[in-house]
Amino acid sequence: MSRPEEEGAGLVSVATMEIIVAALFFAFGAVVMFDSYRIGASWASDGPESGYFPFYTGLIICTAALVLLVQGFRKRAQVAVAFVEAGPFRQVALVFFPALVYVGGIALAGIYVASAIYIALFMVFLGHYTWLRSVAVGLSVGLFAFVLFERWFHIPLPKGFVERALGF
Amino acid sequence: MEELQSLMHGFAIAMTWQNLMLMFLGIILGVLIGVLPGLGGANGIAILLPLTFTMSPTSAIILLSCIYWGALFGGAITSILFNIPGEPWSVATTFDGHPMARQGRAGEALTAAFTGSFIGAFFAVVMITFLAPMVAEFALRFGPPEYFAVYLLAFCSFVGMGKGSPWKTIAAMMLGFALAAVGMDTVTGQLRMTFGSTELMRGFDFLVAVIGLFGIGEILLTMEEGLEFKGRSAKINARVVWQTWKELPKFWATSIRAVLIGCWMGVTPGGATPASFMSYGVARQISKNGHNFGKGEMEGVVAPEVAAHAAGTSALLPMLALGIPGSPTAAVLLGGLLIWGLQPGPLLFVEQKDFVWGLIASMYLGNIVGLIVVLTTVPLFAAILRIPFSIIAPVIIVVCAIGAYTVNNAMLDVWLMMLFGVVGYVFKKLDYPMAPMVLALVLGDRAEDSFRQAMLMSQGSLSILWQNWLVGGISALAIALLLWPFLAPLRARLRKAPEPA
Repeated sequence: MSRPEEEGAGLVSVATMEIIVAALFFAFGAVVMFDSYRIGASWASDGPESGYFPFYTGLIICTAALVLLVQGFRKRAQVAVAFVEAGPFRQVALVFFPALVYVGGIALAGIYVASAIYIALFMVFLGHYTWLRSVAVGLSVGLFAFVLFERWFHIPLPKGFVERALGF
Repeated sequence: MEELQSLMHGFAIAMTWQNLMLMFLGIILGVLIGVLPGLGGANGIAILLPLTFTMSPTSAIILLSCIYWGALFGGAITSILFNIPGEPWSVATTFDGHPMARQGRAGEALTAAFTGSFIGAFFAVVMITFLAPMVAEFALRFGPPEYFAVYLLAFCSFVGMGKGSPWKTIAAMMLGFALAAVGMDTVTGQLRMTFGSTELMRGFDFLVAVIGLFGIGEILLTMEEGLEFKGRSAKINARVVWQTWKELPKFWATSIRAVLIGCWMGVTPGGATPASFMSYGVARQISKNGHNFGKGEMEGVVAPEVAAHAAGTSALLPMLALGIPGSPTAAVLLGGLLIWGLQPGPLLFVEQKDFVWGLIASMYLGNIVGLIVVLTTVPLFAAILRIPFSIIAPVIIVVCAIGAYTVNNAMLDVWLMMLFGVVGYVFKKLDYPMAPMVLALVLGDRAEDSFRQAMLMSQGSLSILWQNWLVGGISALAIALLLWPFLAPLRARLRKAPEPA
């Protein structure tokens, strides 16, 4: 993802990020206004329509976003400050994307199995622990969660083929 | 003195064995939550909220509010021993707490912090005991316009008292309002912003948002800093505690100022974090040892801790008396009330006396229990902090995922949690405030309802917000707070103008 000589370099400047976020805010505000207008944002015979309040919410978001956009562009003309450096961002990505895979895995394998696998792999690849220790920690957290929720609190969580095979 | 009678009745409710056990459990869980990065008061309580669905409301609120006290106490441990604030409100505690620990005075610093916290919380609870019933009684006269004006005041004060860009506060807050509007409109039954998705009909649950923003977002930030825990060891024994306690009365003036700052910032939604900074700053300016601040001055530990706890505790006053929470954590507790089937607001003091006074009594007891627990268990929690982050991080993500799922038993919420995690990470880095967004998400529907009812009363004229002195006064104050940050550059320019250019 990043070559070693790039470590410490800024991936994107704060000003650029400010502009992106402000633009997203504007788009969001516009969607809110559009949908509120669609369902009616004015005054009906029985009082304000459903879109009345959200329409103005969207309008304020768009106004604030425009101001922030202008401020962002002004900031961009000045000295660039890095939003995040390549090295730290790699750390963030290493946590975030496997976590996304984990959430996807919950639907497949159930929350207990997915959690045990996720914790074990995280420890092996990011914490550099031995497989034995990592699997032990992963399994015990998974088992503890299972007993806690299914047995003690009677709160059913998503289960997968392993639990089904064991007859739960 | 009717309050004292009610309070005694509350003690009778709170002092059952079961509730005392829940208090201990809550405090210990709370300290744990406060100590671990990625888990904080607000999202810790949000995660545990589904576990209380089957409890009686009084026991449930005792458990959850004690978790809150525990989290407030716990933040100080990491600040002092590890120079890592476990919670935002304990940042100011690191300034003098960690230098003290480096000088080998960790025990004294921790004792001072915990005792200061206790004092701050105690005075705030006394204030709640006597002030909350009065506020609630007064608020019984409120109609929809008054309520909307109070909501307006709460949200405008975020803009007026926030430190960052007012436009960012407004954008984040309105994002919360817009997300709150998603789903079925309770008045007309119309679907809003669901775009044909049946899953979105339920709307955005603020608990999921809290878990994502404060939990996942915090983990991502911590990862970026490449956190390594290098802590100081702590020895607390009875002798150290006693000696520190003998020293503390010296700081009575600082403590009183800190209590006042904390109570004010807590009741108005300024929150514990700015309160702790403000109190630290004021103490540094006024104290005769001010020049030593930052080098390990005990007064510099007491000042922010007293204020943070006073603010954190008094944030529950508007939540109880008006149904308007003063902080994200109070907002989560308010969400709990709704889930347990209680209607927050001034009527709570009339209709749910047992609940309200049981809770207030448990605040007194919980803080005493908390002080004892933290003073005796610091080494244990310091040991937990030595567990490497590469074990803690995935476990916390798993806990957050389970917490988000149990809110509505929906997988979509777990995906939303991840999305809110990214939002939290980016917002934190760009200084968008998250507290107003969470509060808007919680209060959005009710603010909208009161607005609509007010508009119905006046046939669509905003003049109803100025129809009498009460609502007009609140509205005027709200507008003043809203405009405050925009006037600041103007005032600065006016002051500069006479100088030769």
